[in-house]
Amino acid sequence: MNKLFILIIIVALGSMLYPLVSSFDGNSELSSLAQFYAQPDNISKVNSPNLVTAIVVTYRGLDTMGEVTILFLTAAIIAFFLKKGGTTRTLRLNSEIFKTSAKLLVPIIVMLGVYIFINGHLSPGGGFQGGAVIASAVILMLLASPNTKLKHNFFEALESTSGLVFVGLAALGALLGLGYLDNAILPLGEFGKLFSAGAIPVIYSFVGLKVGAELSNILNKFQSVQSDK
Amino acid sequence: MLAMAFIAIYHKKLIVAVIATGALGLFASILYLLLAAPDVAMTEAAIGSGLTTIIFFYVLNRIRTDAKEEENEA
Repeated sequence: MNKLFILIIIVALGSMLYPLVSSFDGNSELSSLAQFYAQPDNISKVNSPNLVTAIVVTYRGLDTMGEVTILFLTAAIIAFFLKKGGTTRTLRLNSEIFKTSAKLLVPIIVMLGVYIFINGHLSPGGGFQGGAVIASAVILMLLASPNTKLKHNFFEALESTSGLVFVGLAALGALLGLGYLDNAILPLGEFGKLFSAGAIPVIYSFVGLKVGAELSNILNKFQSVQSDK
Repeated sequence: MLAMAFIAIYHKKLIVAVIATGALGLFASILYLLLAAPDVAMTEAAIGSGLTTIIFFYVLNRIRTDAKEEENEA
């Protein structure tokens, strides 16, 4: 009876939202907000082929600062609440294939993550994506050998330093008089090279490191309070 | 995608429901790619179908152990 009620509510919500879906045509040209950013003379101002990255880091950089703050808060709250741990676990040994292939794959995945956030301004990706991929490498390492103790101090120091450098670079834009989180504080190189687009790769690299370190901390906290019989 | 959503809601075992949620995130990531948003697709694939599934499994393990401890004591 309960499930029937839930099904009725879902069908009612669906029929309320159906007129929105059925009247969707698909835009034939960009909406007005997108056209504000996708102008051809913006390209020479920002000089990065990936416009999404440029919007996230420079045009709407303050929102990125808010997201970084939210991630930091989440990691701090989780570290504050999960405290009990350290009981020894008696676990089944992982198979040899899994351990060896994990040792082989973890450096490759970390390299992929670093590639994603260094080339944030040239190909799809960026800091958050690269940080999430690095955290996947860490979780593979934790699953393969559950008794490894990650170096807490290293990850915390990395996260704090990256956060400070990100805020410092953001403030530097304001100090040098160009506007908050502008990317003209470093020279804009040629279009499409690695060292182009001013401070965008630097900013996004530090955001990527920060996100990767935070997510790894969260996963390590969850893993270290496991205790099973 | 709808099949995965049904399994996630209506299955009896929690483990199968969690895996169905992860698969749902993967299908959502493919949908984002078809709508020409590769950045969002990358983020959704890494976080939605990788990390949150793992966190759900850790929490399930912890709940199951605590429930077993209470059963043993009571």
